[in-house]
Amino acid sequence: MRDTTSILPLSVEGLTFEAGGKRLLDGVGFALARGGVTALIGPNGSGKSLTLRMCHGLMRPSAGHVGWAVADGIVGGLKRHAMVFQKPVMLRRSARANILHALAAIGLSRSDRNARCVAALERFGMTDLATRPARLMSGGEQQRLAIARAWAMAPEVLFLDEPTSQLDPGATRQVEEMLLALKAEGVTLVMASHDMGQVRRLADRVLFLNRGGLVEDAPTSAFFETPASAEARAFVAGDLVW
Amino acid sequence: MDVTQALSAAFGLVFGGDHAFYAIVGLSLTVTLSAVVLAALIGLPAGALLALARFPGRGAVIVLVNGLMGLPPVVAGLIVFLVLSRSGPLGSLGLLFTPAAMVVAQTLLVLPIVIAITRQLIEDLHGEYREHLASLGLTGIRAIPTLLWDGRFALATAILAGFGRASAEVGAVLIVGGNIAGYTRTMTTAIALETSKGDLPLALGLGIVLIALTLGINAVTYAASRVGARFAG
Amino acid sequence: MLTKRHLMTAGAALLVLGAAAVAQDSRPSATTAAPAGTRFITVASTTSTVDSGLFNHILPLFKAKTGIEVRVISQGTGQALDTGRRGDADVVFVHARAAEDKFVADGHGGPRRAVMYNDFVLIGPKSDPAGIKGSRDIVAALRAIQTKAAPFVSRGDRSGTHQAELTLWRDAGIDLAATRGSWYREIGQGMGAALNTAGGMNAYVLADRGTWLSFRNRGDLDILVEGDKRLFNQYGIMLVSPQRHAHVKQADAQAFIDWVVSPEGQKAIADYKVGGQQLFFPNATDSGA
Repeated sequence: MRDTTSILPLSVEGLTFEAGGKRLLDGVGFALARGGVTALIGPNGSGKSLTLRMCHGLMRPSAGHVGWAVADGIVGGLKRHAMVFQKPVMLRRSARANILHALAAIGLSRSDRNARCVAALERFGMTDLATRPARLMSGGEQQRLAIARAWAMAPEVLFLDEPTSQLDPGATRQVEEMLLALKAEGVTLVMASHDMGQVRRLADRVLFLNRGGLVEDAPTSAFFETPASAEARAFVAGDLVW
Repeated sequence: MDVTQALSAAFGLVFGGDHAFYAIVGLSLTVTLSAVVLAALIGLPAGALLALARFPGRGAVIVLVNGLMGLPPVVAGLIVFLVLSRSGPLGSLGLLFTPAAMVVAQTLLVLPIVIAITRQLIEDLHGEYREHLASLGLTGIRAIPTLLWDGRFALATAILAGFGRASAEVGAVLIVGGNIAGYTRTMTTAIALETSKGDLPLALGLGIVLIALTLGINAVTYAASRVGARFAG
Repeated sequence: MLTKRHLMTAGAALLVLGAAAVAQDSRPSATTAAPAGTRFITVASTTSTVDSGLFNHILPLFKAKTGIEVRVISQGTGQALDTGRRGDADVVFVHARAAEDKFVADGHGGPRRAVMYNDFVLIGPKSDPAGIKGSRDIVAALRAIQTKAAPFVSRGDRSGTHQAELTLWRDAGIDLAATRGSWYREIGQGMGAALNTAGGMNAYVLADRGTWLSFRNRGDLDILVEGDKRLFNQYGIMLVSPQRHAHVKQADAQAFIDWVVSPEGQKAIADYKVGGQQLFFPNATDSGA
């Protein structure tokens, strides 16, 4: 019997991060409701990755607050949000063992682990790869495995930090298909991306960050058609943003 | 003396059916392997802990452990001797001049190697795994089992290095074991004894057997870890 | 995958069993040489008795009679007495009368019983640069070595042989501290190592006859001086004080001492020969020894 209490909405307020006397994130705030794909975009160093990591609890903000509807986004002892990194972290084990390890880490029973692992591999057509050493798989296979591994944990929210920036177009397309499938299942996705085409294809909402501040928060089509700020206009146009 | 004499001595030892010799080989392997197992049981978690923990004086501890990799065996032997002597703090255990004392001394020699190499390997691996493990809630010492398991093939090298040091040393086992015939005589102390008796062919023959054993164990472990590493990527 | 994991588990279990086996071994009641329950005593003795093979000859006889195993640690006399002083042995069996008397007088053990003697021989290269070959006067020979500054290897390890050597230099009227030069080489090691070193450097060296006769790496070395009364080397045996060290196995240790000085033990010592030569001459009944 799974507790179906939702950890959403997520309310991010005044998120600020300072390191080495520099303010890298400056009062970012937004609310996240259930469903859909939210894209974090902006130039390098704008604070996209920092924002994701703080939402996921990997880093503590210097000031500000990440407020889940349920404390820390944990329901019944299980963390209901997961994260996929730019460079997938693959343990030195088989694909299957990678998934089982994550499920064991979050405290699932052995039978639950096996069932979910089999389901995840089947769900994304990776059953053939189950016994392959994960680190010997291609970059695309690794990222798909990372997403399958995250999916196996049944998260309500999935954070993704530029999940396709190191992949070739074919692998990128496969990963995007996976993400659309997750979206269709009702998983709430929050992803950082540099790929504006990808943002247009996947995202329902855009958060545009520049120099640590949230500059624009708009529906995707509106953002690309009528950017409100000069920085966003320049960014969309492909100009350098300062 | 020439090398053929030594080789024929080695051959005679291995195939001569001399039970005293087999007992010496058996004791050498048992003592050294026990020391390596003990050092691994202590050193792997300790090295991993040192890799992940942040505390004042951590740098000094790392320098100390790295330095102790070069601890002279006679010094390790002397320390264990003084502690286990009947006049020492643990004298009542009656362990001096027993195989157990030799295991303790060799563990002391192997431990810094295992800790130092483990610390380095785990620190590197943790750099790679940290965010993923933290995402799974495996922070701090809860990351250690995953890191040790995933570092197992590289860590085998650390353990082999420790094995090499223990199997080759004579200073520590001589002091704490006493080279008692049939009880604490190992390959290396037997070599020292035969050298002092001037029976150089026999000493060299024992040396050849010891080198062959060490090479064999290294080869097997190396091959196993290579096969495993290829599997794990 | 499953089988691999199982193999690893099995391997780990084996290693742990091995460690357990050693732990078992190390209990005083068990040895690799004998089944569990063996009685044993520990004897701190000198390199001369061990390296010459004397113990290999007499200990099995004692064990057959009493069932007591004797574990011998071979050290220099000074170190062996220290081992007794610390209580790390039950019996001390050495050869340096003055040091033995002090050991007893200080209450570390005793009483001292005379056991046997052997003799020292002056070993040197056949080329004999000091020209002492055939002499029966050890004191004159040492003076010649010092005068010619011929290389001389000293044990330098406080062993009985080292102490005997120092006594002989004093008898020769030579003050080593004042006159020694690079010709006098202290190595701080056992008899065998000293002989190996002397062979390598074409040097003179004082050795006990037993070690010399069993020594295999003679190279160019030979006996140059022997037969001087001053070269006799008396061995004594002492029980380590059970008053100081309660764990000393008094009964079994005393049994060994009694056997060594008994007619049976004395005969066993006399019977030990290397190359047809008797090495040790029992004299437990000689009240002056």
